[in-house]
Amino acid sequence: MLLYDARYRSATIQVVAMLFFMLAAAWLLNNAIVNLNTLGKPISFKFLSNPAGYDINQRLLDYSSRDINLRAALIGLLNTLVVAFLGCITATIIGVIVGVLRLSSNWLVARIMTVYVEMFRNVPVLLWIILAWAILSEALPKIKSFRGADATSSMKLFDTVAITNRGIYIPEPLFSRSLGNIHLLGDSGLRFDISIDLIAILVVLALSIFGMRKVTARATALQESTGVRPKTWYIQLGILFVPMIALLVALGFHLGVPELKGFNFKGGTHLRNSLIALWLALSLYTAAFIAEIVRGGILAISKGQSEAAAALGLKPSRTMRLVILPQALRVIIPPMISNYLNLTKNSSLAIAVGYFDLTGTLGGVTLNQTGRELECVLLLMLVYLLISLCISAVMNWYNKRVELVER
Amino acid sequence: MSDLSFVRTDMLPEKAPPASEIGVVGWLRHNLFSGWINSILTVISLIAIYGVLSVLIPYVFLSVWDAESLNECREIMIANWGSTHGHACWAVINERWLQLLFGFYPPEFYWRPIVALVLLFGALAPILFSDRVPSKLLILTAIYPFIMPWLMWGGSIWGMVSIALGFVVGFMVMKFATQALGELFAMIAGVVGAIIWWLFLAGLFVGTMDAVLPIALETVQSRKFGGFMLAILLGVVAIGCSLPIGVVLALGRQSHLPIIKWLCICFIEFIRGVPLITLLFVASLLLNIFLPPGTNFDIILRVMIMVTLFASAYMAEVIRGGLAALPRGQYEGADSLGLDYWQAQRLIIMPQALKISIPGIVSTFIGVFKDTTLVSIIGLFDVIGLTHAIRADTAWNGIYWELFAFIALLFFIVCFSMSRYSMYLERKLRTGH
Repeated sequence: MLLYDARYRSATIQVVAMLFFMLAAAWLLNNAIVNLNTLGKPISFKFLSNPAGYDINQRLLDYSSRDINLRAALIGLLNTLVVAFLGCITATIIGVIVGVLRLSSNWLVARIMTVYVEMFRNVPVLLWIILAWAILSEALPKIKSFRGADATSSMKLFDTVAITNRGIYIPEPLFSRSLGNIHLLGDSGLRFDISIDLIAILVVLALSIFGMRKVTARATALQESTGVRPKTWYIQLGILFVPMIALLVALGFHLGVPELKGFNFKGGTHLRNSLIALWLALSLYTAAFIAEIVRGGILAISKGQSEAAAALGLKPSRTMRLVILPQALRVIIPPMISNYLNLTKNSSLAIAVGYFDLTGTLGGVTLNQTGRELECVLLLMLVYLLISLCISAVMNWYNKRVELVER
Repeated sequence: MSDLSFVRTDMLPEKAPPASEIGVVGWLRHNLFSGWINSILTVISLIAIYGVLSVLIPYVFLSVWDAESLNECREIMIANWGSTHGHACWAVINERWLQLLFGFYPPEFYWRPIVALVLLFGALAPILFSDRVPSKLLILTAIYPFIMPWLMWGGSIWGMVSIALGFVVGFMVMKFATQALGELFAMIAGVVGAIIWWLFLAGLFVGTMDAVLPIALETVQSRKFGGFMLAILLGVVAIGCSLPIGVVLALGRQSHLPIIKWLCICFIEFIRGVPLITLLFVASLLLNIFLPPGTNFDIILRVMIMVTLFASAYMAEVIRGGLAALPRGQYEGADSLGLDYWQAQRLIIMPQALKISIPGIVSTFIGVFKDTTLVSIIGLFDVIGLTHAIRADTAWNGIYWELFAFIALLFFIVCFSMSRYSMYLERKLRTGH
C-alpha cells in the first residue's frame, strides 16, 4: 500500500495534493473561459494600447487623455510609488519621535503620545483618509479669499507657499540654463523623460559624499598613527556644499514661485488635496504603529547594556548611538518592513479621495471604461505583488546587514 | 564603659521629607519640571492641550441635539451662539444612529442581531476567559456558528439543524469506522457520509421537520445588511472561518513535504502581498466568472469569502509564530510518547500553540475588523457607505464631522477594548519573572 509504506508515503500525499490543486485550478480556469466566452470577451490585453480618454490631474510625467491605457497605468503606478515613498519617510520620522517621547520621563508628554497612538491605531485608516480630505477641502481658505484688495488669506513662508482648499502650491525648482532631458523609449506608452540637471546634481552629490568618506578615512588613519584626530568638519562641509552651489549657479537655479493669476494660482508645483490627505493620513496612521515598534525595540534592550556603556565612560549620546540603537535596530527593522508594506498596500485606498494611483487608474477608470475586469484586476494584483516583493527584498537585505553575526 | 555619655542610646525621630519632594509639588518636580528641557516640553504640551480642548469642548458640548435638518441646526446655532462655526450638530446622530448601527435591517427585527451579539459574547467567554467562565459554555461555542446565521438571515431553523447534523453524521461515521477501516479511511468515510447527508437526505429531513414542527424566522435579504453590524458580522465570520484554514496553512508551511509547503507559501505570500481592496474587486467583479455558469450568489457572501481568505493568510502567519515559539522539547516529547503526526498536533502542539497565539489572533481580528470599512468602496452600505447615503439626503447635505466622529468613536471603543484584552492576556501568559 502506497500510503502505509514509509518510503512512498510522502510522495503519495504530495502527488494527491498536487492532483487536487491542479483539478481545482483547471476547474476554475475552465469556468472562467466558458463564462468569458459567453460574455463575448475572451482574455486579451489589447485594451492597454487603446486611448484612455480620461484625464489625470496629479502626475509626474506628461500625460493627456489621448494617451493609451498603459500610460495611464504607468502614471498611476508612479503616483502610488510617490505617496508610498513620502508616506514611509514621514511615518518613520513621526513614529520614531513619538516612540521615543512615549518613553519620556515627562508624564504629560508620555500621556499625550499614548493618546495619539491609541487614537490612530484603533480607528480605520479609511476613515482617517476621508477625514483628512474633508478637513483639507472644507476648513482651508478658498482661492477666492486670496484675491483682491481685501484678501482675508495670504501666502505663507515669504509669499512662496499658498495653502488653499484646492491643494497646496509650493515653489518648484527651475533651471534657466537647463541641460535638457533624456527621452527614453521614444513615443511609446512607457516613454520616460529624465532631466539631465537632476542626474548632474545626483552625480555631484555622490562624488561629494565619496570625498567626505575619503577625508574621514584619512582622519581615522592619522588618529591611529599619531593619536590625534585632526579637525575635519569644515573640510567636509566645504566638500559637500561648494561643488553643489557651483553646479546650481552654473545651471541657473531659481525657484518658480506660485502666483495668483485670474481665478487660480499659476507656476509652482500643485499638490492636490487628494495627495496631501492620503499622505497625511497614511503617515499619521502608520506612525502610530511604528511608534509602538520603536518603543518596544528600545525597551527590549536590557538595562545592563546602558549601565555597561556608562561604566566604560561613554556619554549618553554615544551610548545611544553606539550601544542602544544598533541593538534596538535589530528588533525594530523586521516589523518596520511589514509596516512599510502595509502603508504601500493601504495607499490603494486613494480611490476613496480620488487620487489617481494604480488602483484609481488601472483598477478604477480603465476597468470601468473597458469592462476588462479579469485582466485589470490580474495586472493590478501582479504589480502590487511585485512592489511588495521588492520592498521586502530591499529591507531584508538591509536587515541582513545589521543582523547579529553569530557563529 | 557604661559612662560613655556621647553614645546616643535612643533613635532620633524621623524628619519629614522636604516639602519640595513630596505631595503634589514633589510629583510635579519629578514628572513635569525635572530639567529645563522637560519644563519646556511640559509648557508646550499644556499649550497644545489647551488649544485642542478649547476647540473640542465647545464643539462637543455646546451643540444641537434636536433638529430635523442641517439648516435647522444652523438656525438654532445662530440663535443660541451667534455663529455656526465650532458647534456640533448631533441631531443627525440622534436621528440616524439606528441606521448607522443596523443599516437597512428591518427595525422590527433589530432584536435578532442584538441577540446574536449577546450570544457571541457567551460563545467567546469560555475561550477568552477560560479560567473564570465554566467550560460548560463551550456547548454554546459549538452551536453558535449555526445559531448566528439563522438569527441574522432568518428562514427555517431546520436548514441550519440539518447542516449541523451533517457534521454529527460525519463524526459518527468516522468514529464507528475507525475500528474497521483504520484512521485514514474512517476520515474519508466520515467526509463522504456527511456529503451524502447534505446532498440527499438533508432536503428530505428539512421538508419533514418543516411539516411536523415549523419553526422559522422571517427571512432578511443580505442587501439589507449594513452599518456597524456589517463590520462586526464580516469581522466575526472572517476570523471564525479563517482560524481552521489558518491552522491548516500554518501546518502546511511548516511541513516537510515540499509541494505542500510551496503551495501554502505561495498562497500566504500572494494574499499578504496584495491590498485587500483588490481582493474585494475580485469579490464584486470576478468571483462569478470563476464559478460554473449561472451561479450567482449575493455580494455579502462573496465579500465574506474573500475577507476570510485574506484573514486566513494573516492567521496562518500568527499561528506559525505560535508554533515556532513552542520549545522543541514539546515536539520531541510527543514523538517519544509514540504519537503520530495528527495525534501530536491535536493533543500536544496545537493546544499550546493556539494559546500563545491568542494575542496575535486578537490583533489580526482588530486589523480585519478595521479593514471591513473597505467594503464601502465596492458599494456596500457599511458605516462609511452610509455616511454618503445620509449626505445624499437633502436635509443633511454637507454634514461631515459629526458622522465621522460617531464612527470613529464606535471603532475606537471596540478596537481599544480588544487591544486591552490582548494586553491583559499577554500579561497573564508571561510566565517569566
